[in-house]
Amino acid sequence: MNRPHTTDPRGQSAAVTFVDGRTLRCLGSWTMSDVGPAERALRGMEWPPGGSLRVEGSGIAAFDTGGAVVLSRAVMEARRRGCEVTIEGLRAEHAQLMSLVSANWNAMMAHVAARRSRRARLQSSMDSLAAQLLRGLDFVGESSLALLRAGLSPARLRWRSALNSLRLDGVNALPITGLLTFLIGVVIAYQGAEQLRKFGTNIFIVDLVGISLLREIAPLIVAILIAGRSGSAYAAHIGTMKVTEELDALRTFGLSPTELLVLPRVLALVVALPLLTVYADALGVFGGMLIASNQLNVSFTAFLSRFEEAVALRHFLIGIAKAPCFAVIIALVGCYQGFQIRGGVDDVGRHTTLSVVQSIFLVIMFDALCSIILNWWNL
Amino acid sequence: MALAVQTETPVIEVSHVFTRFGPAVVHQDVSLTVVKGEVFAIAGGNGCGKSTLLREIIGLLAPTAGKITLLGVDSRELQRADGGALHRRFGVMFQHGALFSSMTLAQNVAVPLREHTALSAGLIRDIVALKIALVGLPPDSAAKFPRELSGGMRRRAALARAIVMDPELLFLDEPTAGLDPMIAAGFDDLVLDLKRMLGLTVVMVTHDLDSLWRIADRVALLGDGRLLGMGTMEQLAASDDPALREYFRGPRGRAAQLNHGERESPRD
Repeated sequence: MNRPHTTDPRGQSAAVTFVDGRTLRCLGSWTMSDVGPAERALRGMEWPPGGSLRVEGSGIAAFDTGGAVVLSRAVMEARRRGCEVTIEGLRAEHAQLMSLVSANWNAMMAHVAARRSRRARLQSSMDSLAAQLLRGLDFVGESSLALLRAGLSPARLRWRSALNSLRLDGVNALPITGLLTFLIGVVIAYQGAEQLRKFGTNIFIVDLVGISLLREIAPLIVAILIAGRSGSAYAAHIGTMKVTEELDALRTFGLSPTELLVLPRVLALVVALPLLTVYADALGVFGGMLIASNQLNVSFTAFLSRFEEAVALRHFLIGIAKAPCFAVIIALVGCYQGFQIRGGVDDVGRHTTLSVVQSIFLVIMFDALCSIILNWWNL
Repeated sequence: MALAVQTETPVIEVSHVFTRFGPAVVHQDVSLTVVKGEVFAIAGGNGCGKSTLLREIIGLLAPTAGKITLLGVDSRELQRADGGALHRRFGVMFQHGALFSSMTLAQNVAVPLREHTALSAGLIRDIVALKIALVGLPPDSAAKFPRELSGGMRRRAALARAIVMDPELLFLDEPTAGLDPMIAAGFDDLVLDLKRMLGLTVVMVTHDLDSLWRIADRVALLGDGRLLGMGTMEQLAASDDPALREYFRGPRGRAAQLNHGERESPRD
């Protein structure tokens, strides 16, 4: 014989009491906010094996689908153990909810059972990775073809849109790039000053600031800034056009979105990024110069004359040569992510983020690759 | 019959509401009452301020002047997002579903339960499954993301999320807009079924005349920021007011009425 199983019958919460081992008395408020205790009690319930079970529902003060699900689950469980279950005393509207739940029980269980298996999820993510690589390759190919066509007949190019892009992504980016590289120059000089002062080799601040900025840091900072500023804007703009079916409208006019939207942006960035890099070089070195004169007593004239002999032209050229490659990476990744947006507006944010992450990743990868190759060639 | 309705307890009272956005006047002295257990529709042409009125009733916007009472509480109180008890007593289905795109359908439907109750994960799963089954979505849809669902399915999923807490009041914003006539009619039937089964009061914003004839107990017609008329569809359609005649007796209005008559007559 089971011992009476009782939960707190006072207060508002739902409660169940086992009376004489054959009657389950339900009390209290069986609503979603209060049914918790009864659910826990019923889950741990030891049902009498076989025989009959009477569910007494007249004590239920309030009832909603949450309560109905809890009670139905208990009844199903008892039936599964071979009990003959009868439900009595439910108010008419409560009984109606119970029959609503039992009428939908099979559909409900189908929903509970339907889950994507782990293998299927892995499979789909692998597929999407492979498909993504292929699509990326496809996009690069399509853009190259469009560039080739434009090269054969330059009149096809949208010069106006390229110039607009040059203004938005180049000219308007001047203040922020200038300020940031200036500050980076200041930071590098400060860090170097500490070390150089120890050895009394103050003048080498010029080598430190000049080579690191011109060769690596200025192009990278500019590329990262533009990836965040323009690459993301490309993705969001093209993505929104895709969601609002503007791209489809272009295609019905026989116009190629790649030619119209991608090429001008690539061209604009290829022009803008080297120019921005030169500008960033100048401001960064100026920042370093200020700190050199301030902290290390290296005057502007001394700094500049040392600069001429210490910083070879190739460092500047290598930095400038990397910029157009970064530009192509940023513009293509931004536009590619824009075209990848499917379905709704909700995808725009995800792909905009992806465009920034991927382009910065690729820019740094490319930069590292350049360093290794140039090291081989002893440049 | 109208008298009987008047004596019922009001769940929503909109009294003398004025709304202005800068120089644009959206509502001028709009008053209406929704009583328990009815399907109340707010109708009107595009840009007549019906969606704005709905947003004011559910506390997303405050009217410039006037008072709106929802379940006995001033709707301005709702602007404080305090997870208060009042928010659990109504559900809202937005026009485009407004499903959270980062969650699966089942997770979407579970949000109110997770936030407002202390139920076990297993029970939440069961209740969510029940609600998804009630709105008639196929079993494999529970694990899908909103972008993988069609427009009609997204609408049903949004409805499942709106009713998951067994609300007393259900708000529907353009529930059938953009759905094909078959699916729209199915959706109307679904709303009626749910209303009957769960004892809901339904407030919907719509300009779907078929849907108005089919499921609305009472209709409020807005136009030029004013309440042009309020009553059953039969009363509004029989009115001599030119604005009402234009809306309900135009070619589409008559077609919808005829349709309704054909559907109703065999049952009578």
